[in-house]
Amino acid sequence: MSALTALFRRELTLAWGRGGGPLFAGAFYVGLSTLLPLAEGPSPQRLAAVAPGAAFAALALSSLLSLERLFERDFEDGALDLLSLGTTPLEAVAAVKCAAQWVGNGLPLAVLAPIVSIALGASPSLAGLTVLTALLGGLGFAFVGGIGASLALGARRGGVLVAVIVLPLFAPLVIFGAGSVSALAGGLDWRSGLLFLTAYSLAAAALAPFAMAAACRNALS
Amino acid sequence: MISRLSIEALALVRGERPLFDGFDLTVEAGEAVALTGANGAGKTSLLRAVAGLLPPAAGRIVFHDPSGQIDPEEARARDLHLLGHHDGLKPGRTAAEELDFWTRWLGGMDEGRAHAVQALELEPLLALEVRKLSSGQRRRLALARLIAAPRGLWLLDEPLAPLDAARRTRFGALMRVHLDGGGMILAAVHDPLPVPTRAVSLGRA
Repeated sequence: MSALTALFRRELTLAWGRGGGPLFAGAFYVGLSTLLPLAEGPSPQRLAAVAPGAAFAALALSSLLSLERLFERDFEDGALDLLSLGTTPLEAVAAVKCAAQWVGNGLPLAVLAPIVSIALGASPSLAGLTVLTALLGGLGFAFVGGIGASLALGARRGGVLVAVIVLPLFAPLVIFGAGSVSALAGGLDWRSGLLFLTAYSLAAAALAPFAMAAACRNALS
Repeated sequence: MISRLSIEALALVRGERPLFDGFDLTVEAGEAVALTGANGAGKTSLLRAVAGLLPPAAGRIVFHDPSGQIDPEEARARDLHLLGHHDGLKPGRTAAEELDFWTRWLGGMDEGRAHAVQALELEPLLALEVRKLSSGQRRRLALARLIAAPRGLWLLDEPLAPLDAARRTRFGALMRVHLDGGGMILAAVHDPLPVPTRAVSLGRA
């Protein structure tokens, strides 16, 4: 087992260990989307019309929850020092951490996504695309979120800072992700939205590790 | 393998505060250097600078192997251990999980891990969560990394402070083996180490 596989497994067990981050994120996601009918009124037509968009916005917010701990925990207890002393570049460390964040956190949320959106009144025929967009969006949320998490290292009230940094960067993901599902619901072309979503997420996965590694080095020095 | 560390005219700054300047030190293979100095003199910062975590304000840190100067990035990634106040161990994971992970991360082998478990008497602790360890036990787990993944230069910050007398002597024996094998130790200490050391004092006196 290579060092990076070991790191990936460590990250996953840390995410699912005590504190159960992904469970909280899932509960938050469900809770948030339950508020919508309470605020908007229970009229099915009205809810069904906004369901895909509202569910995707709730997904974006739920993805924020565990970001604060992504680097902060290792930064505080000295593990980040040691991670930067291995033969593996810090860029790869950052990429693996975000990949584990995606699998540990994004995947459970993507499984919940169609349930949440059907509960809000979206047509069950949208479920497949809802999962797909949530998965691809989750990839972008994890890597873009990682940039925020690394920039906020050492800051007081880091969690809020992470949210403020990354929410604007989440906008394209929300636009394309929710847009694609809404387009399918309206019988329009949903492919272009999905492709833009994929492109943005892949670009984030390719570029964000460099930004994260630089931010971590800066925080460590 | 690193066979000489030379620090030349090093100056370090922490935030706005200059810690020291014009600091020279050479550590040769097989040598242990005990850094002393008042609190805040910059001992920990010096260790972090050697580890490449803190960029020097002036001066340079050079690693040599028997054939000459080597790439500092390479030297740090492959042949240097840092053990600070913060040991990087996760409270919620078991001692075994943490030791396995760090051994692998630092390029150690299963034999090295087994040797470390035996040398630091970790067997009865392996199944316990790190949060349940006493500070001395936890330090032994952190020290086990040095044994599990053999690397030439050990940078230690108050390494033995939480250990009892018997464990200090025992770890002294491990340090001696490391030095006899051509290893180097640079340690920030207040108490003397259980091996022969060259004392270097850090301060603006």
